[in-house]
Amino acid sequence: MADDEIILADLSDDELVLQMHDDLYDGLKEEIEEGVNILIARGWTPYDTLTKALVAGMTIVGADFRDGILFVPEVLLAANAMKAGMFILKPLLAETGAPRMGRMVIGTVKGDIHDIGKNLVAMMMEGAGFEVRDLGINNSVEKYLEALDLDKPDILGMSALLTTTMPYMKVVIDTMKEKGLRDDYIVLVGGAPLNEEFSKAIGADAYCRDAAVAVETAKAYMLRKHNAISA
Amino acid sequence: MADNALSKLLSTHDWLMADGATGTNLFNMGLSSGEPPEMWNIDKPDNIRKLYKGAVDAGSDIFLTNSFGGNASRMKLHGLQGRVREINRVAASLGREIADAAGRTVVVAGSVGPTGEIFEPMGTLTHTSAVEMFHEQAEGLKEGGADVLWVETISAAEEYIAAAEAARLAGMPWCGTMSFDTAGRTMMGLTSAQLADLVETLPNPPIAFGANCGVGASDLMRTVLGFAAHGSSRPFIAKGNAGIPKYHNGHIHYDGTPELMAEYAILARDAGVRIIGGCCGTMPEHLRAMRDALETRPTGPRPTLENVAAQLGGFSSTSDGTDGAGPAPRERRGRRG
Repeated sequence: MADDEIILADLSDDELVLQMHDDLYDGLKEEIEEGVNILIARGWTPYDTLTKALVAGMTIVGADFRDGILFVPEVLLAANAMKAGMFILKPLLAETGAPRMGRMVIGTVKGDIHDIGKNLVAMMMEGAGFEVRDLGINNSVEKYLEALDLDKPDILGMSALLTTTMPYMKVVIDTMKEKGLRDDYIVLVGGAPLNEEFSKAIGADAYCRDAAVAVETAKAYMLRKHNAISA
Repeated sequence: MADNALSKLLSTHDWLMADGATGTNLFNMGLSSGEPPEMWNIDKPDNIRKLYKGAVDAGSDIFLTNSFGGNASRMKLHGLQGRVREINRVAASLGREIADAAGRTVVVAGSVGPTGEIFEPMGTLTHTSAVEMFHEQAEGLKEGGADVLWVETISAAEEYIAAAEAARLAGMPWCGTMSFDTAGRTMMGLTSAQLADLVETLPNPPIAFGANCGVGASDLMRTVLGFAAHGSSRPFIAKGNAGIPKYHNGHIHYDGTPELMAEYAILARDAGVRIIGGCCGTMPEHLRAMRDALETRPTGPRPTLENVAAQLGGFSSTSDGTDGAGPAPRERRGRRG
């Protein structure tokens, strides 16, 4: 059916949303922008557009990434397409006061330049409705603490790709403990050489093996946090 | 036959033993996390001599220089991008000194790790800028007396190709390994078979190619068996981690024992690997056990995946993408033209 041109505007809402899931999967940025604009023009709320078209689509991408069907290049393209859709929705979401999932500060630790995984997590978290401040690479404990103080996030995410830099996560967590700040935040860690045991040993809340798991974990912790507050 | 030290050794030996970990060894000497290990070439050269000598004394025929992150992109983190050439030159010259004092031929392999950046269109790295960075590093390593360049832990085909071109520009023979750490593929999705194909398309193919680091010794063996099944005749390299990193009292410890690494070395040799070494967590005691096993244990038939799993433990994923048995790709509603 390769020669059947798909006209997004001709699709019903349900079909359009499914097509957008495919287009996200294929990393088609312009098609996603078009799809978002059509849904908004049809009277969809920005929040529904975000969750049903973009977030649901990225959930499929995340699952296939987790399962070893998609790899980093495909996920980066998909996340890029999602970002383009988000760019349209962001101001609209702010106007309509749509619910936020939570806030996260994320960064790669000192000495480490690697940010592929960290960028993926940041994008997928945004896609899932979190507000994300990305500190970039090579973050000292001072930089993390400053961002925590400034942004008051729910979650701190730290990433490291090297076995030579991963122990720095403990330096950050230990400093948070010293200052009595540790329990104010959910600390999630990730990166290729890490594992569950390491995350426990350094005192993080959870290890996230990839961006999809990071989103699932963040949502679960936020839910727990809300329950704790309302209890 | 090329006249470099590595090709000469390969022509007279069935297998060669490479070295083990760099980072793990340096941490044990007091390197702190976040500090660039490459600066120790200049600030603490005796520690680097000790690192190299540890591998040589344990029986390594090849060791890698302490220059893994010595490219401009990585050194920039520490404001040291202006010292790339010097850092690499010293890394190699310390290596030359230790190798020449060994009393036998030991190959100084100039380690070249990834830039840490992503290629266009997803990232900002271009072929030209990657070649430029690798070339600068290669010239430093060459100046210091490295016998070969040793490109390692690469995950993108584009980066492997750029490193090959840098080796060509520097007039250096080279070896190149990738890290297969994501469901048996590299982070960028390359399978073992795809790397085996890629090396043959290069104008200056490597002396040997293979896999390093990644998940654990079992996964690494599966990758190597993938090269063999693909029918590659170029020598393979296996440099697997000594197990999985664990955290004990402030430092990283790998759970693979010397006995496990000896089993791994035998499996690698029987799978047809010509250059066998370790990666993260592989200490001199592991290397000694590997050398001893390689010298004393008889060769056996090429191991199967079942043999590997039985002796080294299970794999991190059911498929590595070369057997058509992986999870099925998603079906689309209709394809766009």
